[in-house]
Amino acid sequence: MTIDWNHFTPWASLVGGILLGLASAAFILVNGRILGISGIVGGLLRPKAGDAGWRIAFVLGMLVAPLLYMRVAGPVVATIDASWGAVVLAGLLVGVGTRYGSGCTSGHGVCGLSRLSPRSLAATLSFMGAGFAIVFVIRHLIA
Amino acid sequence: MQHRVTEFFVGLLFGLGLIVAGMTDPSKVLGFLDLAGHWDPSLAFVMGGAILVGLGAFAVAKKRTTNFLGGALHLPTSTDIDKRLIAGGLLFGAGWGIAGFCPGPAIVSLGAGQPKAAVFVVAMLAGMALFEILERMQARRTAGAQ
Repeated sequence: MTIDWNHFTPWASLVGGILLGLASAAFILVNGRILGISGIVGGLLRPKAGDAGWRIAFVLGMLVAPLLYMRVAGPVVATIDASWGAVVLAGLLVGVGTRYGSGCTSGHGVCGLSRLSPRSLAATLSFMGAGFAIVFVIRHLIA
Repeated sequence: MQHRVTEFFVGLLFGLGLIVAGMTDPSKVLGFLDLAGHWDPSLAFVMGGAILVGLGAFAVAKKRTTNFLGGALHLPTSTDIDKRLIAGGLLFGAGWGIAGFCPGPAIVSLGAGQPKAAVFVVAMLAGMALFEILERMQARRTAGAQ
């Protein structure tokens, strides 16, 4: 392993992380809910009566974020190397996996670890471990 | 309506956090997941910063029975570490490692007009729908067996 100093952004990532923490804090303390994206979005597929409005409002906020950012700070850089087929497969796996495992990086990773949940720690270790493993296979065994 | 405005702004704040953190750039996420290559530790700082704030917030939340507006406080009650949790995590992590997108950043990148992010989000919704269908089939089979 070598450290990729050219792309290392400790301060921006720390500030971004604090913003994610503030959003999660506001969501539990003001709205009384766990800020978990897969749960918020997944709940829209078969919404119970009166349960869709807050989910839609939240997702709209997320969709507006890049538009605001682009006006103020410049383009949102995204380098996507995966092929179209890989993107489809990845999306399917993320969709099934997050629902089956009851959460993703936000719900288990940020909120779950923040509330010191052993269940969320197990989930986070699972998806991090699988992420490390699949990138190793793709970048160092196949490529 | 007042609540919808809060939810919108929390979503906005969360989206901005993801962009500032670098989470919306799949190559940066994969740089973190590539332990054996040129490793970019930045994402550890994202998690660190978020949890630093979250620890305080959830410590407060755990001592309360209602949220600050007097409404319900939905803290998870499940503590099971079962097959579903681990298998789901492994499937999700595999998808995350293939494309470098997890659900939040994919939705924000969709807002930024990234066509591949749009395709990812559609596939993710299809995966979620597939899960719902499989769950319902499973429930029916269990009910039928009794």
